[in-house]
Amino acid sequence: MSGHDLKPADSSRFYALVGLGLLVLLAGLGAFHTMEEHGHIISGMNNQIVWGLPHVFAIFMIVAASGVLNVASIGSVFGKTIYKTRAPLSGLLCLALLGGGLMVLLLDLGRPDRIIVAATHYNFRSVFAWNVFLYSGMFAIVALYLWMLMERRMNRYVKPVGFVAFIWRLVLTTGTGSIFGFLVAREAYGSAMLAPMFIIMSFAWGLAVFNIVQSAMFAWNGMTLHPAILRRMKNLLGVFVAATAYFVATHHLTNLYFARQADFEYFILVDGGVYPLIFWLGYGVVGTVLPLLLIFHPALGTARAMTAASVSVLLGAFALLYVFIIGGQAWPLDIFPGYAASSRFGDGLIAAYTPSLPELLLGLGGMAAAFLITTVGVRILHFLPEDDLPQFDGGGSEPNLPAASHGA
Amino acid sequence: MRLAVSALILAASLAVWAAPVAAEVARPVIAVAPDQGSCLAPPEEMRRRHMDMLKHQRDRTLRDGERGARISLNGCIACHAGKESGSVAASRQDFCESCHAYVAVKLDCFECHQPKSGGLATGEKP
Amino acid sequence: MSAGHKPPLPARRALLAGGAAAALSVALAPGIRLIEIASGNEAPTLASSKVRWGMLIDATRCSADCDACVTACNQENHLPTAAAPTDPQWLRKVSLKDLKTGRSLSVPVMCQHCAKPACVDVCPTGASFKRADGIVLVDRHICIGCRYCMMACPYKARSFVHAPVTDQNPQVPRGKGCVEGCTLCVHRLDRGQLPACVEACPNQAMLFGDLNDPDSAISQRLRAIATTQARADLGLDTGVRYHGI
Repeated sequence: MSGHDLKPADSSRFYALVGLGLLVLLAGLGAFHTMEEHGHIISGMNNQIVWGLPHVFAIFMIVAASGVLNVASIGSVFGKTIYKTRAPLSGLLCLALLGGGLMVLLLDLGRPDRIIVAATHYNFRSVFAWNVFLYSGMFAIVALYLWMLMERRMNRYVKPVGFVAFIWRLVLTTGTGSIFGFLVAREAYGSAMLAPMFIIMSFAWGLAVFNIVQSAMFAWNGMTLHPAILRRMKNLLGVFVAATAYFVATHHLTNLYFARQADFEYFILVDGGVYPLIFWLGYGVVGTVLPLLLIFHPALGTARAMTAASVSVLLGAFALLYVFIIGGQAWPLDIFPGYAASSRFGDGLIAAYTPSLPELLLGLGGMAAAFLITTVGVRILHFLPEDDLPQFDGGGSEPNLPAASHGA
Repeated sequence: MRLAVSALILAASLAVWAAPVAAEVARPVIAVAPDQGSCLAPPEEMRRRHMDMLKHQRDRTLRDGERGARISLNGCIACHAGKESGSVAASRQDFCESCHAYVAVKLDCFECHQPKSGGLATGEKP
Repeated sequence: MSAGHKPPLPARRALLAGGAAAALSVALAPGIRLIEIASGNEAPTLASSKVRWGMLIDATRCSADCDACVTACNQENHLPTAAAPTDPQWLRKVSLKDLKTGRSLSVPVMCQHCAKPACVDVCPTGASFKRADGIVLVDRHICIGCRYCMMACPYKARSFVHAPVTDQNPQVPRGKGCVEGCTLCVHRLDRGQLPACVEACPNQAMLFGDLNDPDSAISQRLRAIATTQARADLGLDTGVRYHGI
């Protein structure tokens, strides 16, 4: 049981949240069932846009799952005290997001009934098959890590297990980025940049998720985040958001420099209708400029501003992934360079894609699964970060928290 | 405690086993293939091993290109398709479907394979 | 119309088994039931790595307004005539126009049956595979429908089956939830017949044969004229070659 008292009002609010989560999850499972019955014909996906909205959700959650564990790593591996108290919550969120993301990914398969095949037949040249190992290993390692963190007798093993988890999740996100990085034929992908870019994206998105959950838990318990901790966490988020923008910019700049990629870049950044709009407005303004402003503007930087910044980082994440995954596929393959191609199978044409309701519900269902795991986990076990406040207010002798530090 | 759990599991399995299925579920219709000579193996063996035979041969055919093998799904269908439906899986009266429905094992072959006999032979245009 | 009367293809059966019985079973193939062949008790002939099937497409002979190959493919494999972006298409006619000179041409495009296929590399379960004789296929028994191969293929050669299928050719199983593509009509090939598209081409623009055999018609032609591979820059070593592009 958590260390704080539960009031009856708490209980009814808790059950309302669980009910809401279950409702959305059920809608998602219903959407899966309908798609399984009718086939993907009822989705917006087709033979050109083969990965759609479910993949935007799934990849967001899997990337954020890896990143949210960063909070625990900073505590366990790099020894920062304020992050140590946050490690259990960080581990729980990692498991929740990974579970939700994998759920969406698996339920979107053409033959989800055959999922056992993915465990019995491996093609070791496939980065997808590596990821099957990386994802299942991640579950095991994080579960072990949580045990070490939460069982007092096991606390002494936190550092080595935390270190393994830290390395594992870097490899895991490298694997996720490489799903796209290894695609040689498409202009949008096929770059070694994508692996580190996905890692830095995971840091930003994971921390944003953590901040939102933490602020909700603090509000629930009538607690406030200590200003010193707030400052550190918001600055860290700011650094990650800026670093993500740097990687995205470098990726596009490199493409712009290659003459053969210029048409694609023009499409995705200027001419491609909905995609440039989502990229600049969704990722550029909402996902990057706005959170940086909320975090670093001298008049802002409050706990509420950090939560708002985190929400906008997540909106930006969806925008970026939508443009990256769907916009990247919409651009036609150049099978015969130097020629304009046309056919009855969409050659030479920008592919159309309209997300369908079942796809959206499936994606939201995965989010609901993550939400439920988090809500129930937080309720039954002690995940609330409780800071030893006097040590900040007193002499300020906390060795890891010098007053004028920035970032971690 | 452990004893109680075991007893509970035993009771539950007994209840499932003793449930009066036979009274409610129709016995499978296993029609003998009409005038096609004998099957690949005696019925007892076919009932137990047909899935292994098919699974083994499917890889030989698809991956190694072995054609005209003794074991063949199309061979099964040629003999066992129902007289009325012309299929092995169109209704509960048909050979494959009737048994699979009875034992509640999902029949996955015909998601992709044509369950009707008398399909056009290879190379002929419809 | 049976393909049995076509000029003899270097039939795999005859090539490898060499026996008269084997040749006979080739001739008998259309219409014969497998169980009857089985009684022959001959040693099975398997796809061999001594052979590499390939195709040479002559763009100078391919007529822009002809799609006999596409029709033949759809008929042989019982595919719908592609109308929606969700419909499968194993073989398609692509019209090309040189961006600088305006020269127009038209060619069929299908799975290029690469020696180093990207789809096989990325497939998590090994459902996407290359047969010993170079034909790239999907094993629908273990395809989970993840579509990663479609992301990886540079030729848009693979389709996903978006809806249930009921009217399959008994020799060409295909169904909802799996990925599929040109099989080079492997079911015909294994019986010594040409792929349906090659047989249907009225202009002899598609030449099929064994790339490994220096004396085959296709190898001789490839030595004689300039040919190219689609996206040769990717180094996939395609089995399908083009002339006149």
